[in-house]
Amino acid sequence: MASEVGVAVDAVWKFYGDYPALRDVSFKVNKGACLALLGRNGAGKTTLLRILAGLTRPARGRVTLLGEDARAVETRRRIGVLGHGIGIYDELSAFENLRLFGRLYGMENPAKTAKEWLARTGLDRVQDGLVREFSRGMRQRLAVARAFLHNPALLLLDEPFTALDDRAIAVLQQLLAEARTRGCTIVMSTHQLREALELASDVALINRGRLAFTGERSIEMLQDPGWLYRNYGEA
Amino acid sequence: MNFLRNAMAIAYKDLRSEVRSKDTINASLSFSLVILLLFSFAFDTDSEQVQEISGGLLWIVFAFASSLILGRSFARELTNDCMDALIASPINPAELFFGKAVANFALLLAVELFCLPVFGIFYNVRWAQQFPVLLVVVMLGTWGMTVIGTLFSAMTVNLRLREIMLPTLVYPFIIPVLLGAVQLSKGLIIGEPVGSDNQIWFRVLVAFDLIFTLLAMAFADIVLVG
Repeated sequence: MASEVGVAVDAVWKFYGDYPALRDVSFKVNKGACLALLGRNGAGKTTLLRILAGLTRPARGRVTLLGEDARAVETRRRIGVLGHGIGIYDELSAFENLRLFGRLYGMENPAKTAKEWLARTGLDRVQDGLVREFSRGMRQRLAVARAFLHNPALLLLDEPFTALDDRAIAVLQQLLAEARTRGCTIVMSTHQLREALELASDVALINRGRLAFTGERSIEMLQDPGWLYRNYGEA
Repeated sequence: MNFLRNAMAIAYKDLRSEVRSKDTINASLSFSLVILLLFSFAFDTDSEQVQEISGGLLWIVFAFASSLILGRSFARELTNDCMDALIASPINPAELFFGKAVANFALLLAVELFCLPVFGIFYNVRWAQQFPVLLVVVMLGTWGMTVIGTLFSAMTVNLRLREIMLPTLVYPFIIPVLLGAVQLSKGLIIGEPVGSDNQIWFRVLVAFDLIFTLLAMAFADIVLVG
């Protein structure tokens, strides 16, 4: 059933100049599933996530998220994106940052929601401090709050655990567990195989822009995280 | 309503950031004052000829000032990949563009309004006598420069030589705005009302502003997302 598909990628190609960063990639992720997008550096994971997030368009092919076009305003209202950059303004306070994004996501009471998320991420005591004065860990927690602020139905996470401190990892893990419980679809690229495979229900492996494997996470993958690369990855 | 609410949220964010950092406004203001000062040394400011070209001098200063403000407009979104967060949000690219243009307009207008009295002192002109009409001309001309500049600022934001490319691309496009604004300003700046033969330039400025605002908003999605 089409309505049960959270993410549908159909024959997507993307070129950087003449170089094909993605070659005829197709897969589907059911609503409520968690897909671990795996692959070596330069395989095309970030390019694929950027296309899913609507940050760039595919050269060929089609992407639908939650049954709608990836660039539709109503689709974007329902997705949360956490990329390589934190997407937070240094010259604004933590509260101002979250209130701004709350407004852009059309929330009823962005100020109230911003305060709630500052409390959840342990930043309520520094809510009026400028982000430029924050430590790296505090900035990362604020970025996590920004991505989850509007209770998205689909989360697109590009190496979310990379460079996080312990506290930020704990916050993110708790939020991801809650998101899964409420039926949120998650697509997550990562190099941290063990953590990703524990969380994921499905796995996709990209190798030089091609989809080398897609399917449910199996017991072999959990027991031996290198199994997938040995069987489907680059030699 | 959503359009204005989102655009104003972006404009407020940009202005708030600028008020705190002051990096663009300080650079633009000091640059403008230096040019005004240098021109006043270069010309005999009491001569009638200089008073006649003073409208042109003023708009050269404004155009230079604009390139500094516009150059930072989208560049400030590169820090922390904020541009990605904005494009991934449900804000319409036209709203994002309009909000940025409003913030740039406010910053540039502030610099221009600060420069006007300084210009009056250096060039011995009676700019305050026709101030309401002059303000309308300045606002129309500034919006024209801003709307083109904001669009090109978005287009050049990822270029390595964006500081050079932006004025190179923007100045040819704003020639009609500068022509109209200079024609209207040259009388107003010395305290004379706009003559009937120059009324057409008002229409040129309004038409340019409207057409390029609509065009820029129509192309915002292609420029920002590709």
